[in-house]
Amino acid sequence: MSRVIRKFTTRVPQWRPHVTPVDLDTATDEQRDALSETPSNTKISDYVLVLAHDPQALGARTPLFNGIMYDEGGLSRAERELGAVAASFVNRCIYCAAVHASRYNKLKGEESTMQKVFFDGEKADLPPREAAILKFGVRLSQCPPEITPKDIDTLREQGLNELAILDLTLSTALFGWANRLMHTLGEPVDNRI
Amino acid sequence: MNDHILERAANVPATGPLAEALRTRSRLMELTQASHDAALRPATPGSISFTERAALAARMVQICKDSALADHYIGLAGATVPAWATPDTRADDARLDALIAYADKITLSPRDATPEDIDALRAAGIDEGDIVRLAGLVAFVNYQLRVAKVLRAMGGTR
Repeated sequence: MSRVIRKFTTRVPQWRPHVTPVDLDTATDEQRDALSETPSNTKISDYVLVLAHDPQALGARTPLFNGIMYDEGGLSRAERELGAVAASFVNRCIYCAAVHASRYNKLKGEESTMQKVFFDGEKADLPPREAAILKFGVRLSQCPPEITPKDIDTLREQGLNELAILDLTLSTALFGWANRLMHTLGEPVDNRI
Repeated sequence: MNDHILERAANVPATGPLAEALRTRSRLMELTQASHDAALRPATPGSISFTERAALAARMVQICKDSALADHYIGLAGATVPAWATPDTRADDARLDALIAYADKITLSPRDATPEDIDALRAAGIDEGDIVRLAGLVAFVNYQLRVAKVLRAMGGTR
């Protein structure tokens, strides 16, 4: 038996699809090509096999995902993960939040920031730069997004330059995209026992 | 002049620090445009037509109050824009209303998604490939409109 997980956690759950994943053995050449690169270079998962129903979209999306999260320069890796978590928190994508909070913890070597984010959301008691990044990510993830020039000025005051702000925007908005796939096409389950 | 939909809709400056930052990330902006084309004008569209895709996108960006992207998507919908491209309308067709209900809910409140949302699409005759194509369209447009919103705000300061 498996239980659907509804609370934020940094323990990465299983993802159970609502749509039948493409069978790798019978995949078309276009599907195989789109699967040749995976998000964060992880193994071919049910998630990407579900997305492989639309290989043209997947083939553009995966390099975009990896570029936004890993390309050199600009915002730090950890702060891009913080943007990803802010979106996943607003959208209650338990799976994405778990994966990216655990990556943040690993990069930073501490767990208290993510505990506070999961517990208090936008109001988490964080150092000013992290708090500004979190708040920006939460405001950008609303519908409609709530960003004004004042929000940009707040980031600049915390030392983010144009490239860093662009990187934060891309990583946060990318998870507005990822959450809308992961949280609708499947659900996180605890498969232990 | 930039030939990418997103930067055009955000009216980004041609020079200065934002233009430079976008140049640094030009490969990502290219892939964003490729994702737009894959969502709106794919080589294999399945059962959701180009006009339906553009009309759904027009509806989503209007829900999010983005008039520049709305102009783009209404233009892309073709000579006869469906009336349901405007938010708070229905199509009075079971299949279209299922597409619309999914796009509206997942734009407005993705946190409330349930397995029943996918069941409803299936019940309306949408096959699995088209469910993934629809989810991809909805998710991409929500990414695009957020990046456009920030680029506009960045261009508006300084």
